Amino acid sequence: MRARLLACCLALGCLLPLAHAGEAAPLAADPVAEKRLQEISAELRCLVCQNQTIADSNAELAQDLRHEIRGMIQSGQSDKQIIDFMVTRYGDFVLYRPPVNGVTLLLWGGPMALLLIGIWALLRYLRQRARRIDAEQPLSAEEASRADTLLNETAPK
Amino acid sequence: MNRYFWILGGFAALVVLLAIGLNLDPRDVPSPLIGKPAPSFNLTVLATPDKSLGPKDMQGKVWLLNVWSTWCVSCRQEHPVLVDFSKKTNVPLVGLNYKEVRGDGDFDISKIKPAEEKSLALQRANQWLAQHGNPYTLTVMDLDGRVGIDYGVYGVPETYVIDKAGVIRMKHTGPINPDVLDKKILPLLAELNQ
Repeated sequence: MRARLLACCLALGCLLPLAHAGEAAPLAADPVAEKRLQEISAELRCLVCQNQTIADSNAELAQDLRHEIRGMIQSGQSDKQIIDFMVTRYGDFVLYRPPVNGVTLLLWGGPMALLLIGIWALLRYLRQRARRIDAEQPLSAEEASRADTLLNETAPK
Repeated sequence: MNRYFWILGGFAALVVLLAIGLNLDPRDVPSPLIGKPAPSFNLTVLATPDKSLGPKDMQGKVWLLNVWSTWCVSCRQEHPVLVDFSKKTNVPLVGLNYKEVRGDGDFDISKIKPAEEKSLALQRANQWLAQHGNPYTLTVMDLDGRVGIDYGVYGVPETYVIDKAGVIRMKHTGPINPDVLDKKILPLLAELNQ
């Protein structure tokens, strides 16, 4: 099965232009429903070829699910009902935009947390640097005369 | 020195994070059906095509539902484990034959009539079980994969453990190996049967 699926995913790469042409007969008679099907299935992950949406994938499961969604649109179900239907069967993983909850907290909050850590590190560095510069005092008279001596030592005679 | 410590520490943390990510199995998707009642169905029984069966007929028993097909390569790998299981225990093992004809890439379903599909599916499934041994208490036929969708099937074989109240307690995606059987499934069955 896996080998078959892998083959299907690979074959899809080369067949994409053809696949579009040979796509399961769309409801040409009802462009509005077909557009809804496109929109809904673009939000759903194909669990077989996991980095494709149900709209993009030509895997058998994706075809079956498109067929299912088409049927649900025809029977007058709302987008939310259709999405819920998928989630109760395949879980949040089927959504390309999963809801924020305990499990997905790291997914949603991670980038923001990294940004905040970065800003904190930058501010800390800048503050330390400013403090270091403030702490630098001009040379005392004694130090200045020593520096002069040293500079003169190396000057060409 | 201190600065290098931070850079190296950050890098090491990133490596650990990516290593964990790479070692997770992306196919191991948690099923939302665990803890929920097994979706109902009423499907033709392979051995007696004039009869049908559904989860409510199994009420009061702890049972396994195993999704399989003759075209499924991993099912062949799993099969001896199931045969062995059926000999060792008396836990009912129901087979759900998934898209026997239309799942097989060799057929163009638009050219096959429904009655033809059914008889072909029954014949193929019977022949396969006769050849490889039949571990199933009985098998039901999900010709169009509609029941498969209700169970969230996305990679055959899949196995569900269903308790006496008809609630799904565990799902295993992919072939069952002796390790999974001994460490996960058998202990759960023993617990549910207490």
